[in-house]
Amino acid sequence: MNMHVMRPTRRGFLAGTAGLIIGFHLGLRAKAATGTSVNGAPAGAQGNQFAYDAFVRIAPDDTVTVLSKHLEMGQGPYTGLTTIVAEELDADWSQMRVVHSPADDKLYANLAYGAMGTGSSSSISNAYEQMRQAGATARAMLVQAAAEEWGVPAAEITVEKGLIRHAGSGRESGFGALAEKASQVKLNGAAPLKDPKDFRLIGSDRPRLDTSTKSDGTAIFTIDIQLPGMATAVVLHPTQFGAKPAKVDDQETRKVKGVIDVKPIPQGVAVFAETTFAALKGREALKVEWDTSAAEKRSSAEIIAEYQNAARGPGVEIANTGDIEKGFAGEGVKVFEAEYIFPYLAHAPMEPLDAVLTKAEDGTIDAYLGSQSPTGDQRSIAAGLGIDPSQVRIHTQFAGGSFGRRAEQDSIYAGEAAVAYKAFGQNRPLKFLWTREDDIRGGYYRPIYVHKLRGALAPDGTVAAWDQTIVGQSILAGTHMEAYLQGGPDATSHEGASDAPYAIANKRVTLHTTKTGVPVLWWRSVGHTHTGFTTETFLDELLVAAGLDPVEGRLALLKDQARHAAVLKRAAEMADWGKPVPAGRARGVAVHKSFGTYVAQVAEISVGPSGQPRVHKVWCAVDCGVAINPNIIRAQMEGGIGYGLGAVLFGEITLGQDGHVAQSNFHDYRSLRIEEMPEVEVDILASSEAPTGVGEPGVPPIGPAVANAWRVLTKQPVRRLPFQSPAV
Amino acid sequence: MISFTLNGGQQSVDAEPDTPLLWVIRETLGLTGTKFGCGAAQCGACSVHINGTAVRSCVTPIETAQDAEIVTIEGLRGTEAEAIRKAWIAIDVPQCGYCQSGQIMSAVNLLQTNRKPSNEDIDGAMSGNICRCAAYHRIRQAIHDAATTLED
Repeated sequence: MNMHVMRPTRRGFLAGTAGLIIGFHLGLRAKAATGTSVNGAPAGAQGNQFAYDAFVRIAPDDTVTVLSKHLEMGQGPYTGLTTIVAEELDADWSQMRVVHSPADDKLYANLAYGAMGTGSSSSISNAYEQMRQAGATARAMLVQAAAEEWGVPAAEITVEKGLIRHAGSGRESGFGALAEKASQVKLNGAAPLKDPKDFRLIGSDRPRLDTSTKSDGTAIFTIDIQLPGMATAVVLHPTQFGAKPAKVDDQETRKVKGVIDVKPIPQGVAVFAETTFAALKGREALKVEWDTSAAEKRSSAEIIAEYQNAARGPGVEIANTGDIEKGFAGEGVKVFEAEYIFPYLAHAPMEPLDAVLTKAEDGTIDAYLGSQSPTGDQRSIAAGLGIDPSQVRIHTQFAGGSFGRRAEQDSIYAGEAAVAYKAFGQNRPLKFLWTREDDIRGGYYRPIYVHKLRGALAPDGTVAAWDQTIVGQSILAGTHMEAYLQGGPDATSHEGASDAPYAIANKRVTLHTTKTGVPVLWWRSVGHTHTGFTTETFLDELLVAAGLDPVEGRLALLKDQARHAAVLKRAAEMADWGKPVPAGRARGVAVHKSFGTYVAQVAEISVGPSGQPRVHKVWCAVDCGVAINPNIIRAQMEGGIGYGLGAVLFGEITLGQDGHVAQSNFHDYRSLRIEEMPEVEVDILASSEAPTGVGEPGVPPIGPAVANAWRVLTKQPVRRLPFQSPAV
Repeated sequence: MISFTLNGGQQSVDAEPDTPLLWVIRETLGLTGTKFGCGAAQCGACSVHINGTAVRSCVTPIETAQDAEIVTIEGLRGTEAEAIRKAWIAIDVPQCGYCQSGQIMSAVNLLQTNRKPSNEDIDGAMSGNICRCAAYHRIRQAIHDAATTLED
C-alpha cells in the first residue's frame, strides 16, 4: 500500500502514518496496523488518501477518514468527533471512518491542555469547533474543486449526504472522484460553519462506529497485537509502595520452560518469556527480598487517623464568603457536624495495562498502547530507552477501559515498559503486560480523603453557615504537573465543594494537602467523587432537618443557578418525586455539576438481602449543552451510574500492616455485577450552549442519591465509603 | 499433543499440560477475541463454550480439553448467536468493548438453554461477567430483545 501525499506541509505527518501501515504489514495481522478496524475498514480506508488538514482524509473510494486526537476507551469520541466532521462536510454517515491520530502535540493538542490528552471529559468540548472547522474546510475544498472541474460558480453547488451537485448543469459527483483535486485547493479565508438549526447528524441518535467489531471479537486492543518473534514480559512488583528489589533468586524461574531471561529493574523484577503463561509461571517462582527502607509503611487506618487529626486544625483557605463565625453565632442557630472518610479506589479497567514495543530496521521504536497521553508516553518511553522522543512512534490502540488509569501524570507505566524492553536487550518485539494483581496493587488510586463539615440552620430553616474542611493528597504534586499549581492548592482536591452552587450566605472551604508514598491519580470524576458526596449528603441532612423537601429545599438555594435547577426539576419530574413510593423503598436525590455538565439523579432503593442498599431504579437528567449523540450520552450516564454505584457499594483498596496492599483481584476488589445494576432512565435537556463532556459527570450524583435514600430508609447517615467497608 | 475441536476444526497443540486454554487460544492459535481480564475466573472476559457450556478459559488447563468441542467468539454461529449479535449492535451495547466477547458467549449460552429468560435468569447467567463500563443496562435489554426475535 502506498500513500500519495499531495500537500507538502503534511508530508512529514503522513509519511509517519504510512510508515505505520507499511511497517505493520510485516506483522502477522494487517488489521492491527491501525488498531482501529472500524466497520471492517482498516485505517479508515485502503489505498490513496488525500489529506485536507490534520483531521480529514478522503480516498478515491469516497471514504472519509477522521483522525481522532482522542483515545477511544469506551466513552465514544471516535463516533462523536467523526459525527461533527461529517455534519459540516455533509457526508453520508456510511462513508465515515475513524482512526487515532499520531502522537503530535502541535497538530493534535487537546485545546484545553495545550498538549495531547484525553481526560476531564473534554474530548467533545475542546474539539467541537475544531472538528466543525475541519469538516467545513474539507467541504469547501471539494466544492471549489467541483466548481473548477465543471466550470460553474461554487455558490451554485450543493452538497448532501456525500453527493456534490450542480443543479443547473445536472453535474454531480461523490467525494472520491474529486478527492485528489480538492486536496490541492487553496481557500481564501475560513470556510463558513452551518447554522446549528440545519444540523442533520448532530443531535440525533447515531450508532457507534466501533460496535460491530466489538461484538464479534475482531476489535484489536493492545493485548491482541501479535508480532513474529514477540516475547512477553511481566514484572514482579513489590506490594509496598516505594520498595525496590534487593536480592533476587531466579533459579527456579529460569527452570520454567519458555522463560528467556530475568532482569531486575527499578520497578521490580522483570521476567521475559516466549509466552504469557511461561512469564507468569516464571514470575511465580521468583524469590525476591525487597529493600523497604524508602517504602510507605503506614496502613490505611493510620493514614486516615492522621487525616482526621489534621482536619481539626486550620487548612489553606480555598473559599470564604460572608462571615463564617457570624453564621455559626447567630441567635437560635442549630449546628450540625459530620466527618466523612473515603478510601483509595483502583480504576480496574477490564484490559490490564499493557504495551507492545518493537524496533524498526532503522533503530526507531514503534510503541503500541492505548493511552490517554500519547506524547507523554512518547517522552517517557524515549527516556526509558535513552533515545530522543522523535525516535519513538506511538500507535494508539483501543483501550479496554481506563476511567483515568491510562492518564498517569508522568507516564510512569509506559516508561516501565521501555525500561523492561531495554533490560531485555534483544532485538525482538516485546509485549509488556500487567496482570490484574499488578493493576489492583499498582497504585495510582483515587486518594484517601477525609472531609469535616459543620453547618448551621437558622431558626427560619435557612442554611446560615457552611464550613467544610478537606484533607487529602494532591494528584498533581510530586509530578511534572506540579508546575501548574504554581505553589497554590490543587483544585482537583476541592473542585465541586469550593464552587458548590448553593446560595449560602456564610461559607468557607479549607484544604489540608497531605503527602504519602502512594501514587494517586484522577479516577472518573476526580475530586467530584468525594466533594459531590459530601456536599450533596450534608446539604440533604440540613434541608430535611429544617423540615424541607430535598428537591424544593435545593431549588430555593439554586435561584441563580438555572441549569442546576433545570436538571433537578426534570429528574424529580421523571421520578414523580413526592408521590408515594412502594413499601420498603425510599428515594434520594442529588444534583452535581462536573466538567461543565449538570446532572441530577433520583435513586429508589430498598435494603437488600445482605443488608446493603439494593438500588432499583435511577432517574437521571443531564444538561451537557448541545447533545452531539444522545445515544452515547445516555450510555455514559448509564455506565457512570453503574461505575459510581459499584464504588460506593464495594470499592476499597486498603493498605494493611506495613503498607502492604490488601486486595489483589476482583474477588476482593468488588465490581458492580449485572444483578446489582439498577434500571436507568435518562433524559437529556435541550440546549444550545456549547457542548460539554459526559464521560465523568454521571458518576458524582449516584453515591449521594443512594446515601440520601439510605438515610430515609434506615435513619442512618452514610459517613464512610464504601457501604460494605469491613471498617464500618 | 492435546487434540480438540476448535470452532468446528480439528486442532492439536503441543503445550505444557497446565497451560490455561485462554493462552493456547490467544497465543498458540492466534484467536484474540477471547480476552484476559483477571486470570482467576472472576470476570468472565475469557468465556468460551466447551461442549456447549460457557466456561472460563483462564482457569481451564489445556490437558482437560482433550477431545473437547470448543467454540470461541470467532466461531460462534447459529440462530441464538445471530440474534444476540444483532441485538447487541442494534442498541450499541459495547462501550470499551473489552469484556464483550465474554458477555456474548455467556448470553448466547443462556439463550441456547433458555429461549425466554426472565430478569432473574439473566442475572444468574451473566453475573460472572464483569463489565467495568457497567453496560449492564443494555446487556440485559439486548438479551431480552434477542429472545423476542427468536420467538418470531
